[in-house]
Amino acid sequence: MTPIIAISGLTKTYASGFQALKKVDLEIQKGEIFALLGPNGAGKTTLINIVCGIVTPSSGTVVADGHDIVRDYRSARFKIGLVPQELTTDAFETVRATVTFSRGLFRRAPDPAHIEKVLRELSLWDKRETRIMNLSGGMKRRVMIAKALSHEPEILFLDEPTAGVDVELRRDMWALVRQLRESGVTIILTTHYIDEAEEMADRIGIISKGELIVVEEKAKLMQKLGKRQLTLNLQEPMAALPPALAGWPLALTANGNQLQYTFDAHAAPAPGAAPQDIPSLLHRLGELQIGFKDLSTSQSSLEEIFVSLVSDRGGTPA
Amino acid sequence: MSDVGFNRQGVWAIYRFEMARFVRTLLQSIVTPVITTSLYFVVFGSAIGSRMSRVGGVPYGAFIVPGLIMLSILTASISNASFGIYFPKFTGTIYELLSAPISFVEMILGYVGAAATKSISLGLIILATATAFVPVEVRHPFFMIAFLLLTAVTFSLFGFVIGVWAKGFEQLQLIPMLVVTPLTFLGGAFYSIDMLPARWRTLALFNPVVYLISGFRWSFYETADVGVGLSLAMTSGFLLVLLLVVGWMFKSGYRLKN
Repeated sequence: MTPIIAISGLTKTYASGFQALKKVDLEIQKGEIFALLGPNGAGKTTLINIVCGIVTPSSGTVVADGHDIVRDYRSARFKIGLVPQELTTDAFETVRATVTFSRGLFRRAPDPAHIEKVLRELSLWDKRETRIMNLSGGMKRRVMIAKALSHEPEILFLDEPTAGVDVELRRDMWALVRQLRESGVTIILTTHYIDEAEEMADRIGIISKGELIVVEEKAKLMQKLGKRQLTLNLQEPMAALPPALAGWPLALTANGNQLQYTFDAHAAPAPGAAPQDIPSLLHRLGELQIGFKDLSTSQSSLEEIFVSLVSDRGGTPA
Repeated sequence: MSDVGFNRQGVWAIYRFEMARFVRTLLQSIVTPVITTSLYFVVFGSAIGSRMSRVGGVPYGAFIVPGLIMLSILTASISNASFGIYFPKFTGTIYELLSAPISFVEMILGYVGAAATKSISLGLIILATATAFVPVEVRHPFFMIAFLLLTAVTFSLFGFVIGVWAKGFEQLQLIPMLVVTPLTFLGGAFYSIDMLPARWRTLALFNPVVYLISGFRWSFYETADVGVGLSLAMTSGFLLVLLLVVGWMFKSGYRLKN
């Protein structure tokens, strides 16, 4: 399948000498939700700004829906909507005027019905004649989203869409993103909230110091890198691990009342080694007559994966 | 719908957006210059003008009308266009312009077109106001309109360049205050440069505003400091220089893009 966005060999060095992107290659498929994670200053916004035409790349190419973003910028940008990170809006214009302006700027013929639809979806319809400067921060964020949706883009960039917004708006945003995806819009979002990526994304890219270090389907990423943990609540507290269990990745916690078993869910055992999965462990415990009252399992979150990946490379997670 | 070629919708969107601001600030945009101009007529036209002799066969009050209109057009064109493009830079909303399928030329058409429209309407309103105070005649309406258009477009373009260049509100005011206002006052708005001492007269010929005012005044009264052809040529030349500057800005992404 031809990707809707194909980025190859993209680099950006700013006039200050700061290298924001180092040879980034990335393909985004049509209709997917792609989350770009990374610490502050990793290059997320630079990447987005290049695709959207705000920053000029130093080298490399970006093709959006078959159109080179530099040579064929009109066709490329026509399909792209952007909600930038910074809360930047007009002040004196009304909500409806500013959203109508955006539609025209992106060479769409006036369509008051579409504007009304967008404003209603974002709960802005009642505020349509309000001047933007009189809106709250959350409402301004909605206006920026409305502007980006005014011209019916096929590709939507959301640069930290939920930074500093309240729970309600965040939930609304998630619903809107899902609804957009159902209508066929490809969505690329950056976020600091890993639960957001975990909740929304089909695929995740992790960027650190200008390099894409991981691009993977969310489920696979969690599988590949996710650690699972089994916690057993023991019937009798133990002072120390019995020698018979040496070799198992176990730890005693809660004053010897809990036994924690950390394992890679999908790692195959080394050839010839005894399998170290849950049934084997439980069997072994039975043999050793170690009883337990209760057990629970947990899976590491994307956040933990992210922190471990980025700190492996010496970066500071956001 | 075609997504290539001239972005008519985009130009129109910018134009309308800018004109909406004009309407919103109608009081400052129109009433203030009209009052200021009326005061000029009261002071220069009646109080002082009544003691002045005719200049080139034209009563002094009427003589200053074209100069005053030009003065307002210059100032209004620069401030409208520079503010129009500077403000999105200041607030950050420029991101939308840069990410839109719109060319630099189309952007300029929108901003400069709106700024020129505003200053031309202002010029015409001042002309109408002037007729209430002094007898005004326009002998060459075609040339008058031509000079009006040329000046409004040229200086709106100049304002656009300043707006792109300016890094702060101070810089935005700097060129209009330090360069344009003195040039306008020394440009023969209130006198014919023939009245100046010989040395100053030669110096005045380096002032582009002299040509604008002289040509514009000629279209009213057929009295001019320099030939009307030269006036037209100089004004067009200035326009050309600005187009070159803008072309370079476009190529380099000067102060708009990283």
